[in-house]
Amino acid sequence: MASRTEGGLTTPVRATGVRRAFGPAVVLDGADLHIAPGEVVALLGGSGSGKSTLLRALAGLDAEAGGDIRVTRSQAVVFQEHRLLPWKRVDGNVALGLSGPGVRERVAAALTEVGLGDRGRAWPAELSGGQSQRVAFARALVREPELLLLDEPFGALDALTRLKMQELFGRLHERHRFAALLVTHDVDEALLLADRVLVLDGGRIAQELDVRLDRPRAPDDPGFAPLRRQLLDRLGVPLARRA
Amino acid sequence: MTTLAEKPVEAPEAAAAAPAARARTRRRWQRAVSPVALLALWEAGARAGVIPEEKLPAPSLVLQTGWRLAGDGTLGEHLADSLTRAGIGLLIGGVLALALGAVAGLLRLGDDLVDPPVQMARMLPHLALLPLLIIWVGIGEELKITLVALGVFFPLYFNVYAGIRDIDERLVEAARTCGLNPWQRLRHVVLPGALPALFLGLRLAIGAAWLSLVVGEQVNADRGIGFLMMEAREFSQTDVVVLGLFVYALLGLLSDVLLRIVERRTLTWRRGLKAA
Ligand SMILES: Nc1ncnc2c1ncn2[C@@H]1O[C@H](COP(=O)(O)OP(=O)(O)O)[C@@H](O)[C@H]1O
Ligand SMILES: [Mg+2]
Repeated sequence: MASRTEGGLTTPVRATGVRRAFGPAVVLDGADLHIAPGEVVALLGGSGSGKSTLLRALAGLDAEAGGDIRVTRSQAVVFQEHRLLPWKRVDGNVALGLSGPGVRERVAAALTEVGLGDRGRAWPAELSGGQSQRVAFARALVREPELLLLDEPFGALDALTRLKMQELFGRLHERHRFAALLVTHDVDEALLLADRVLVLDGGRIAQELDVRLDRPRAPDDPGFAPLRRQLLDRLGVPLARRA
Repeated sequence: MTTLAEKPVEAPEAAAAAPAARARTRRRWQRAVSPVALLALWEAGARAGVIPEEKLPAPSLVLQTGWRLAGDGTLGEHLADSLTRAGIGLLIGGVLALALGAVAGLLRLGDDLVDPPVQMARMLPHLALLPLLIIWVGIGEELKITLVALGVFFPLYFNVYAGIRDIDERLVEAARTCGLNPWQRLRHVVLPGALPALFLGLRLAIGAAWLSLVVGEQVNADRGIGFLMMEAREFSQTDVVVLGLFVYALLGLLSDVLLRIVERRTLTWRRGLKAA
């Protein structure tokens, strides 16, 4: 069926005609997706439009997905829930699956990068939601992936924490230059962080939008409004208030 | 505003901690009152002759008998025999339960083949198998050990099975994205995830082991605590019979406490979880 991950690619994601059906319900119906090295692509779409299904197919977590899927093996995933193992301390969670010399130093460096350098010995249950999600980021980044797959990584956080995390994501990307697929339902978040925004609808990529705004960006930048309008229109959200 | 609002909330909380601890200590003492009173009543009743000695000797007399039998080595010998039976039975039943529970919990084919017959067998109270077991393995050591192993097997099997089944699939998936192969996932996710259930199963299993031992040792035993009691009954040594009961109770209590300590040490991560 679908070809799985492969290493040494110039393009981290090259997926064509991705299909997935659950019984009679066709969720993905030939979606095409390419991501260039270092590029941040946001994937928007209504609830149940198949965003997570597409991400799981790319992550190699869905053996039933069809189509031609070529994804770099150097990848890491951040889910909406932190998915830390409750029986491992924070540093043990970050080190999961790592081997070789210098693991301890790499783990410490990754935790410091997300601002949790002093919490390595804590249990996940002792952390707040935002801190746990930062550990999940450290766990992904410590592998130095070419590709980061993120499924609504800020979706479960309160508004203030979400803003801080978005800022952290921008900083981490600046430094590590990974390619990223950011699944989100938040139009502003997509415009804030992505180089390109895709809208998933009817099982395919229904719209593609380049975001040519200077960084760092803020939602009150003048260039934001027309793009936001365009995307909300595409997502079928009526604009209650005329800006 | 915020400081004003927060202070009165925090202050009583900190102040309440000490009285709460004191109240807990007082309750613990309160709960000791009635057992001690009963014991005192028993002792007084026996000494006054209200309770006939051949029916129920005074606790002090039972302790004396215990001291005497411990001194001449009789008690230790029989205790060692009983412990050996329990240990071998626990080992056999435990290994079988772990192996079959893991096969049924981890593999779909294992689930289909192993679980249905075990579920059916569960409906039989294992002690009711005694007559059949006597026909099958006789009335010797094999009978006692088989009975213990059977008692151990069921609670442990079900908890291992449920423990593996209840593991959050999303954690297994996250481990997969971190590059863990199936064996590593088993070691880092499945095993620690199933450990709390495994401890629960072990505690129930050990309880069942003692119960099975008590029943097994009343059938044609020539040594062990049960034999000690049966023999004493024939010679109307009620103090030795009651002593045997004490020993059984103590064994159950000690094993439970021991297991709880091991559990607390092993599952350190759960303490943080409860506090949160
Ligand atoms: N394991 C599954 N079994 C059956 N249906 C599923 C499964 N996973 C997802 N679906 C269905 O596929 C559709 C897309 O789901 P999902 O990709 O999670 O949507 P999104 O992430 O865009 O909200 C939904 O209608 C959902 O009910
Ligand atoms: Mg989703």
